[in-house]
Amino acid sequence: MTLEAFADTLVPGEQRFPGDRAIAGAAPGPGAVAAGAIELLETPATGVTDGLDNYVQALNAHAVAYATEHGLGQDASVPPFVALSFADRTTLVKTLTGKTPAGLDHPEKDLWVLLALFCFMAFDTAAHMHTVDAIASGHPGLATMKFAKPDADGLWRFADYSYRRPLARIHPDTIPSGSLP
Amino acid sequence: MTSVEQTDILVVGSGFGGAIAAYHLAAGGARVVVLERGPWLSTDEFEHDFILGSSSTRIFEFVAGDGMSVLGGNCVGGGSVVYFATMPRAPRFVFERHGSIGRRMWPAAITRDTLDPWYDRVCEALQVSLQSWDEVTYEGGLWAACCNHAGRTANPLPVAIDTAKCTNCNWMMAGCRFDAKQSLLLNYLPAAVAHGAEIRPLHEVQRLSKSPGGGYRVHYNVIDDEDYRIHTGSGEIDAKIVVLAAGTAATPVILQRSEPELGTMPHGVGRYFSGNGERLNTAVMNEERVREVLGLHRGDGQAYQAVQIGRGPSVASWDRLDPALPEFSRFSLEQLYFPPGLGTILAQAPGAAGPEWFGPAKKEMLRHWQSWLTIFIMSEDDNEGVFGPPPPTGNAVRISQQMLGQGPLRYRPTANTLRGWAEADEQIRDILERDGLAKVLPWTSDVVGAYTVHPLASCRIGDDPATSALDDRHELRNHPGIFVTDGSAVPGALTVNPAMTIAALAERAIPGIVAAAQQRDIRVRPGAPVPASTSSAMPAPARVLAGQATAARRAS
Repeated sequence: MTLEAFADTLVPGEQRFPGDRAIAGAAPGPGAVAAGAIELLETPATGVTDGLDNYVQALNAHAVAYATEHGLGQDASVPPFVALSFADRTTLVKTLTGKTPAGLDHPEKDLWVLLALFCFMAFDTAAHMHTVDAIASGHPGLATMKFAKPDADGLWRFADYSYRRPLARIHPDTIPSGSLP
Repeated sequence: MTSVEQTDILVVGSGFGGAIAAYHLAAGGARVVVLERGPWLSTDEFEHDFILGSSSTRIFEFVAGDGMSVLGGNCVGGGSVVYFATMPRAPRFVFERHGSIGRRMWPAAITRDTLDPWYDRVCEALQVSLQSWDEVTYEGGLWAACCNHAGRTANPLPVAIDTAKCTNCNWMMAGCRFDAKQSLLLNYLPAAVAHGAEIRPLHEVQRLSKSPGGGYRVHYNVIDDEDYRIHTGSGEIDAKIVVLAAGTAATPVILQRSEPELGTMPHGVGRYFSGNGERLNTAVMNEERVREVLGLHRGDGQAYQAVQIGRGPSVASWDRLDPALPEFSRFSLEQLYFPPGLGTILAQAPGAAGPEWFGPAKKEMLRHWQSWLTIFIMSEDDNEGVFGPPPPTGNAVRISQQMLGQGPLRYRPTANTLRGWAEADEQIRDILERDGLAKVLPWTSDVVGAYTVHPLASCRIGDDPATSALDDRHELRNHPGIFVTDGSAVPGALTVNPAMTIAALAERAIPGIVAAAQQRDIRVRPGAPVPASTSSAMPAPARVLAGQATAARRAS
């Protein structure tokens, strides 16, 4: 649930059911969770799978500190990060993946950026699935991006690719091979 | 006592620097062994697939550093297998740059005029040709039209692509499935093998030491075919000459790790790294304005919506490659395609509280992905990068099974570099936001710092021993018989795509390496012709594939 909330902060989506706590419902259409972020994080090839429990603990510890610092009420029915509003989740993720007010990187930044990278990849590449299968099954991220379908053999070819006319003057010094002198 | 394997010349890496050296030295008659850390893929293994473990992660590497991430190849053929095959020559003023060292960075022996004959050879070997406007992709055409609308020029790029075979699939970074891209698997490498060079994939060189015979002993690990974090063996080879071409992000690391046994390295080893001044901006085009203002339409009712169609970059604007401009103010603005994943995460959307790389505004931006246009800045950076202590093995601590690692490079852009980037960002904004054509923002640098697909200069040539690791013959100072021929030898940012220049410098270095080999009684002749080009990529020999399978079985 904590990791779902993290993934949903990066690429937000609509709630799966009334009262969905992990997904905040901050954007229409499916987001990173529906796109398979948890499946991808649980794919050993990522190198993060063994550390997911630590990620959950650390993120919730940061959430407790954040809530305390900002005088936010606690909600024991869900993990502390899930208890945060979408705006607060966003602020916290920005802190973890960005710079401190003094302009320094957060000390754990590399770890959080890595987790964020895979959440994005679940949405915009479906890296836990063969791409042709992802498209055939209507993968929500690739569908959102209108990723074109391949040919019947699973390879992409675009017969029409050019406006087929000169569209600018070239640099006046261009030499015949196409480089500058 | 087990005898150590011997060869005349050991080449580390099979990208441009390694493949060119391997071909010429093998063709000249020397015994050549090439150790390549990555796998050897055949054409039918270059997949159109984003799944982890497909060719898109097997042959590509992303090494995060402190303030600089480096993207590169990891396979037989190196960068040439994953690159976009854009092959301009560096403009004349580049060779006259001073950077921040108060003198010309390039050796006196190298100017554009003296390098041109070597550029010509590479053009012939890689069949570089200039794209016509009929071959320029929608993305390139759109960028050209935007430049033209803003009173700028724009050039179709010279490329090493057989456009008759190209399907414009835009999967180039996963290797070319159609043998359209003229990677080194179609020219130098098959020619090297035909002359007896032996290429060993999944052999990652760790360090060099001195061999009892007066040459060098090269120590390597054997890497598992699937999980690159696993080593399945190790070994040593003695050679009279070593050509290091492990890539800009690896060559200095090997030398640093060798220092305890070889002795002090020149000051320039692992310093003066350049990211080629690279930076990206991504625009979301307004399709209606593209149609109304630029008069563009694809003939199928669309004005653009074609980010997925093409073959990397096809047009660049070179107005700012003006020798009269001061250094650090000159840059290319090149249209680029970068696949989703690494090519989408850092792009920024205009959010309520400023640019945002994640969240609702970014998701909305992704909904318009087919209308994205990404512009690639190649500018004059300040050679700010410095490599820290080497990781235990390789050039990075590998995080994922493939592709992702954490390396020792530290980069803090100077005011010079930052000024160039700011000027380039402003030029792009002026061109693309004119008359409501698009909304454009630079990629965030808060998340991973800067990034480059063209790392350079971490072990560079020069005339000044204090600021260059190599002499003008590419020989490592104070360590005779070690030559460096990859991108790390290039003195600094080139303001254009560097593959042509890396390859031309490697060609130029060959006569010096041949002479050094002859001095060590290696029977090798200079003057091998330009290698013949083949129509399909050379597959790995059966014995190599058997070796890979054995290594994989041992690991499982």
